[in-house]
Amino acid sequence: MKKDILEILENDSRKTVDEIALMLGKPAADVAAAIAEMEADNVICGYSTLINWESIKDDLVTAMIEVKVTPKRDMGFEHIARRIYGFSEVKSVFLMSGGYDLLVMIEGKNLKEVSTFVSTKLSALDSVLSTATHFVLKRYKEHGVIFDKSTESDERMIVSP
Amino acid sequence: MKRPEDYVNKSVMDMPFSGIRKFFDIASEMDDVISLGVGEPDFDTPWPIRERAIYTLEKGRTVYTSNAGLMELRSEICKYIKRTLDVDYSPKDQVLVTVGGSEAVDAAMRTVVGPGDEVLVVEPSYVCYKPCVTLAGGTPVVVNTTAEYDFRLQPHQILEKITDKTKAIIACYPNNPTGAVMEYENWAKIAQALKDKDILIISDEIYSELTYGGKKHCSPVQFPELRDKTILVNGFSKSFAMTGWRLGFAMGPAPIIKQMTKVHQYVIMCAPTISQRAAVEGLRSCEDEVAKMRKQYEMRRRVMRQGFLDMGLECFEALGAFYLFPCIKSTGMTSEEFCTKLLFEEKVAVVPGTAFGDAGEGFIRCSYAYSIDDIKKALARIASFVKKISKKE
Repeated sequence: MKKDILEILENDSRKTVDEIALMLGKPAADVAAAIAEMEADNVICGYSTLINWESIKDDLVTAMIEVKVTPKRDMGFEHIARRIYGFSEVKSVFLMSGGYDLLVMIEGKNLKEVSTFVSTKLSALDSVLSTATHFVLKRYKEHGVIFDKSTESDERMIVSP
Repeated sequence: MKRPEDYVNKSVMDMPFSGIRKFFDIASEMDDVISLGVGEPDFDTPWPIRERAIYTLEKGRTVYTSNAGLMELRSEICKYIKRTLDVDYSPKDQVLVTVGGSEAVDAAMRTVVGPGDEVLVVEPSYVCYKPCVTLAGGTPVVVNTTAEYDFRLQPHQILEKITDKTKAIIACYPNNPTGAVMEYENWAKIAQALKDKDILIISDEIYSELTYGGKKHCSPVQFPELRDKTILVNGFSKSFAMTGWRLGFAMGPAPIIKQMTKVHQYVIMCAPTISQRAAVEGLRSCEDEVAKMRKQYEMRRRVMRQGFLDMGLECFEALGAFYLFPCIKSTGMTSEEFCTKLLFEEKVAVVPGTAFGDAGEGFIRCSYAYSIDDIKKALARIASFVKKISKKE
């Protein structure tokens, strides 16, 4: 049941306990308990809204930054990752396989703000060997949601056998 | 001088238009109608299938296939049926790929039925069976299923309609319009009743992937005593959300499939090549996508059924397809009256049960091939309608 609840919430976190219970055919109390448990266990880490900021704000810049680092003895990458994700500008941090170590996603008001952050905060960290910054030009799909809804319409006949 | 209509074959002239047509004509003229009247998935065809079709076009692979369909597709279909029903069919001579399940039904009728033959048509059912029997020169004989048995077919319902002219029986489970399913023990009783009778079963299993409540689809071909006298009809429309691709198939004993292929060859030549190539991809890689759609339908089914129960309407727990068949007898209206008034007063389109046969009187077909939000909006309007008419009484 937990997985089913998560799938529903991932798709629409506004669904109420009663609605989820009805959809899954389970008692509401069980659903509420399962959600509380998953919140406590940090399986559900928060409830946020997926926003297409670009559609209302023209002063938002997102950058993906490839970061090469020297891992710390006994700490691996955890130490440097913590140093990086502590900054509020940093939206996501992933440890990657391949040509670089960390992928850091940053949001800022403009190119200057992002580049200032990279040069003064990120590159300045002791363990950081190099960075390569890629700016996002357009978002087509995020978290499984396609932003362009213009092609969506119900073309089905209104009644059919 | 003959008028143009005088040239029309009498049996075609006498054939009624589908009862759904009238509703379609009214509803499509109105604004802001919320429809629960659609008999096709709201999901897009899974992307890998569409992508394969695009690739097929790019490569220019658009020539005819063999009459029976691409060997590659027939093999995948046989593997799929083995996987889902654990029954073996040979791709070489026991599968025919058709233009939707409808063509498979038509080809089966024309192959099997002749003048003087009677065909039992299990109702309520999809609208094409009786006309297909008539066009083949046979006589349809209706077998009514009832709410008493959750619209599952019972042996006595068949036995009382059998005569020495009975050639075949056609049934569709999971059922459109009731959503009823036939479980193993239900088919077992039918198998027992028919095992010594020379009656062919045409089993339309187009909704086979859409069963709920942990029930697995069951087919008469899983019974050895029925296996050689069953034509299994299925297709890609509902399970893979591929209605417009027009692709179905028939499976059965080689001597019958061979003759059906002849009918298909002269009338159709072959099913659309692009659809066939795309369907191969569907069978190979889209099982997860099908499961995802099933899960969505299952949740919508629960929401919708609870909605009807909350209104005080009886609604048996239909475990298949994407339809619920609530009973509106308590309102004192006929199905037709109920649906017409609901459409005009609350702008909700549902289909009267009678569009699917007389056994549908007192019921309405509501499709849950819609988002939960749309279903809730429609339910709210139906609830206010039901409340209004029960106050009037």
